[in-house]
Amino acid sequence: MYQLTIKHMRIDFPGRHGTLVAVDDVALNLAPGEILGIVGESGAGKSTIGNGVVDLLEPPGRMSEGEIFLQGQRIDNLEENKIRRLRGRRIGMIFQDPQTSLDPLQTIEQQLVETICYHLKLNRREAFQRTIDLLEQVGIPDPAIMVKLYPHQFSGGMRQRVVIALALCAEPDVIIADEPTTALDVSIQAQILDLLKKLCREKQVGMMLITHDMGVIAEVCDRVAVMYRGKLVEEGSTAKILGDPDHPYTQSLISAVPRPDVRLHRFPLVTNIEEAQEPQVTLDISTHWLGKERSYAKLDGPLLSLENLCMRFVTKTAIFKRNRIYLDAVNNVSFTIEKGEVFGLVGESGSGKSTVARLITGLYKAVSGRVLFAGTDLTAINRKRDLDPFRRQMQMIFQDPFSSLNGRMRVLDIVAEPIRFHKLAESKREVREIVRDLIDQVGLEGNSLKRYPHEFSGGQRQRISIARALATRPRFLICDEPTSALDVSIQAQILNLLKDLQDQLSLTMLFISHDLPVIRQMCDRVGVMKSGKLCEVADTEKLFIDPQHDYTKHLLGLMPKFDMLSLKGLDMESSSSQLF
Amino acid sequence: MKNTIARAADSDLWYSFRRSPIVMISAVITLVIVSTSLLAPWVAPHDPFNLVSIDLMDASLPPVWYADLGDSRFLLGTDDQGRDILSTILYGSRISLIIGMASVTFSLILGVALGLVSGYGGPKVDAFIMRIADIQLSFPAILIALLIDGVARSILPRDMHDQVAVYVLIFAIGISGWVQYARTVRGSTMVEKSKEYVQAAQVIGVRPIAILWRHILPNVMGPVLVIGAIHLAIAIITEATLSFLGVGLPPTTPSLGTLIRVGNDYLFSGEWWITIFPGIALVLLALSVNLLGDWLRDTLNPKIQ
Repeated sequence: MYQLTIKHMRIDFPGRHGTLVAVDDVALNLAPGEILGIVGESGAGKSTIGNGVVDLLEPPGRMSEGEIFLQGQRIDNLEENKIRRLRGRRIGMIFQDPQTSLDPLQTIEQQLVETICYHLKLNRREAFQRTIDLLEQVGIPDPAIMVKLYPHQFSGGMRQRVVIALALCAEPDVIIADEPTTALDVSIQAQILDLLKKLCREKQVGMMLITHDMGVIAEVCDRVAVMYRGKLVEEGSTAKILGDPDHPYTQSLISAVPRPDVRLHRFPLVTNIEEAQEPQVTLDISTHWLGKERSYAKLDGPLLSLENLCMRFVTKTAIFKRNRIYLDAVNNVSFTIEKGEVFGLVGESGSGKSTVARLITGLYKAVSGRVLFAGTDLTAINRKRDLDPFRRQMQMIFQDPFSSLNGRMRVLDIVAEPIRFHKLAESKREVREIVRDLIDQVGLEGNSLKRYPHEFSGGQRQRISIARALATRPRFLICDEPTSALDVSIQAQILNLLKDLQDQLSLTMLFISHDLPVIRQMCDRVGVMKSGKLCEVADTEKLFIDPQHDYTKHLLGLMPKFDMLSLKGLDMESSSSQLF
Repeated sequence: MKNTIARAADSDLWYSFRRSPIVMISAVITLVIVSTSLLAPWVAPHDPFNLVSIDLMDASLPPVWYADLGDSRFLLGTDDQGRDILSTILYGSRISLIIGMASVTFSLILGVALGLVSGYGGPKVDAFIMRIADIQLSFPAILIALLIDGVARSILPRDMHDQVAVYVLIFAIGISGWVQYARTVRGSTMVEKSKEYVQAAQVIGVRPIAILWRHILPNVMGPVLVIGAIHLAIAIITEATLSFLGVGLPPTTPSLGTLIRVGNDYLFSGEWWITIFPGIALVLLALSVNLLGDWLRDTLNPKIQ
């Protein structure tokens, strides 16, 4: 018998502008000890299924059709208080953000013991013993001591372990895990996934793992269900879905996943997506506006070089200097970027890679060290006005497409701001023409100019952001995690766009990412950062085949194993199968 | 233009407006009071400030419906000098509204400017401005207004004081209300400052003043306008209170507060209409403006919903 069966599930969100069907006619089965991955891009309705099962839909959402069975017993028509007893007791839940799924005002002991007492009807002493056992199982060291602590005293990974213990504490039949590792760093993600896999097998719990990440799917899932706009388009074993998908959407989704083993010229164009088209025109740089005044003084050395750069933040303020506590965000970092090169900077969160970018652009001031751009020491320039010519030559693309555009300005004004500020055009008409052309170059429609950012999707906003960065005719572009907030298919388009622009404008790029496969696709050379220090700099190919530093080896070992991934229709540049 | 109207009709604001009868009634009352009082010289039946038209023989007439004593020329009766109550209310609320709006504008500009500087300018400037705000908050607003009015009175000669009374009131009420705006704007400015679009502007090289004006100000104005709407009611009441206490406008150019004070003297001799009708007008105006402001705050603030 299946642990969980969903038949013809349909979930509606009635609204003022008609009814939105978030989940449409979905049927799923979950066997004991099985991990079923539900994968899809944002808005596909994958989280809604999970919330629908445990009746946690946000109003006005409701399940209008379908049936849900938990071990053969129908649960979708139960009363509110009976459903509540099922939640936690027989269906455990793990959410994305471990920060918010624990009560910050209660110790771990209070939260776990109470839940166990309530669900399993044990006395306090037994419940406490069980709590300790559980924490031990999820890999928390010294549980008898740790259990007295509050959630904020745990790291993100440890907190997620506690959430898992909480989900497991009543010995549920089914666990619904909604993006359980998305908020965590890669090394912690790998540990948590291993743990989930082990626990499911041992306890014969069925798990529904909702994720957007193909890497997670490849690591732990037995079966995969692919969602697209509320519909289940394909379901099958993980090897089948990843290696030989049938549905065209799944095929294009798989082909858009950045892979660590093969380097592509371009990502194949993802079908079934309403996003912008690829720009058809190829730039002729000699006649185009973007190519004007590109003749810089001849440069012998590298375009950018950092020398012993240091930066620290005050983490505890005090009046007296000696009482202050600092965090060394960037510690003695030196590297160079040659003209026309794409240099990657990779590391986990908090490793200082974004701080390096902000030091180069002058958003932060370095404590010591030098930033040499085309031979000029930028840290020695004190007057803001004198920095302007260099600011024009280097631009930055930011991570979050939702906060990087001013929501109160029209696209025209957003893209025109750098042109107007640096006085790169003679007349209003010329500004308009240039902006129209830039918008065209990044693959957006011409009528976008008069619209506001909120009318665009995440990928389109990132294109606007790129257009703004190009508007100063820069020769050096910093991309700070430009695709980490985007879906895979959109990521592929944006990476293609950046590759094209880099080719056509012979841009020099600093590409920052936590995602090694993306780095592999984009960069010529890579620097690996860990807690503010630069561990290793090497050519991309060399780094992936023969890493020198222990930390690099560790990071590479954590990459998802994508060897089963279909190679159909890919435009390959190189492969390094000796990697695995 | 047509497009804008269609968009407005489809907006959430209009939707929630149409669903709340209280809000619609408040809007109608506010609209009626504001339009009639701003158009007072044209819609009022008499000109209470034109001495020629005033006849002492008409003094202290009760409202029309009151026994047989009423006079059909004076709908709500007359005061002790024979002035039409309805007309004085219209002229009075005109002055009250003008003072209210002007002082709200004054504190809004002052508060928003200080809030922007405080939120963007770094910890030292911030600490300085916010401590001033804290000090001011430890006094009741009416006390500050009284203080300023008193200082103005002692500095200016008596005959000049009546002429500038309006400006003194605007300044006094305005200066006592800027803290709210400054605190709100400071908070939102700090949030906006850390967003990437501001960093993008900094990378381009845009100067701080331009960043504040072009990027941050439009993004922090939403809550400010809501505070402004609620503050308008408070400003009108503050003005009425000051005038009632006799430190506001002189009886020759009466606001609602002055009318209530003057009428108050006659309350116990039976001429209740002189004070009650201006009172009702004040309550209606303040209440409906307040309700509108509360509704604006609730609909525009996603946290409360």
